[in-house]
Amino acid sequence: MSLKANYLQAVKAFQPKPPYVFNSLKAFVVGGALCAVAELFANSYIRFFSMPLLSAQQLAVMTMMFLAVVLTGVGKYDDFSQFAGAGATMTLTGFANALASAALEHRSEGWTAGVASQMFKAGGVAIVYGVVAAYLLGILYYITS
Amino acid sequence: MDYVVAFIVGGALCAIAQLVMDIGKFSQMHVMGLFVATGVFLGISGIYDRLIAVAGAGAVLPISGFGYFLAKGVLAQNEVNGWLAIGSGMFQFAGAILSFAVVLSFFTALLCKPKG
Repeated sequence: MSLKANYLQAVKAFQPKPPYVFNSLKAFVVGGALCAVAELFANSYIRFFSMPLLSAQQLAVMTMMFLAVVLTGVGKYDDFSQFAGAGATMTLTGFANALASAALEHRSEGWTAGVASQMFKAGGVAIVYGVVAAYLLGILYYITS
Repeated sequence: MDYVVAFIVGGALCAIAQLVMDIGKFSQMHVMGLFVATGVFLGISGIYDRLIAVAGAGAVLPISGFGYFLAKGVLAQNEVNGWLAIGSGMFQFAGAILSFAVVLSFFTALLCKPKG
């Protein structure tokens, strides 16, 4: 058995075990806090602009995304998501950050070849899997209903 | 009170994502795709509607909420024009979020310079 064949097993003993509980606790607190802030926005849109619930939730998500993109623009969101892990990346704010940071990173290659074509480098996963899953399940729903 | 529920549900979804990433050794992108697809599935089967009725923004803000919006659009349009409406309908609600993110990112790249 060569080293290459069972490299993953051989190297496993030397890899530090990720602190499962601590990492997920950080993700829980940060993600939960983001969601509570979004809920605050949604409730205040309902109260002050008397919006329907769905529009208020959409607008609250957009507000959070706007804040995330502003933080990305000044270069602070990376530190934040480094700390929070999935709490900051597995939310729609993280999706906005993925798009904005890819766009910023490729800014020097020009508007078309850089910003526009590379923008979905990281965030495109969400769109592709979402659209494919929605199409397939939608057809299934259409056939069965 | 709904802030507490939003905190717990949203935090739990993020913690599950972190655990899947750590234990399964998946990259961030894999988990993102998994969550969106799961959101679509739960949205079409109607489970996510109940979760949102309980948790509000706590279920919308995690990335599975994007899948839920896609599924909600599919369901809302499905009775109107048959299967062609699946493609046009899925962006009825998700399109607002998606196009906002794209335009915002474009103008951020216009205004800011990359740091670090």
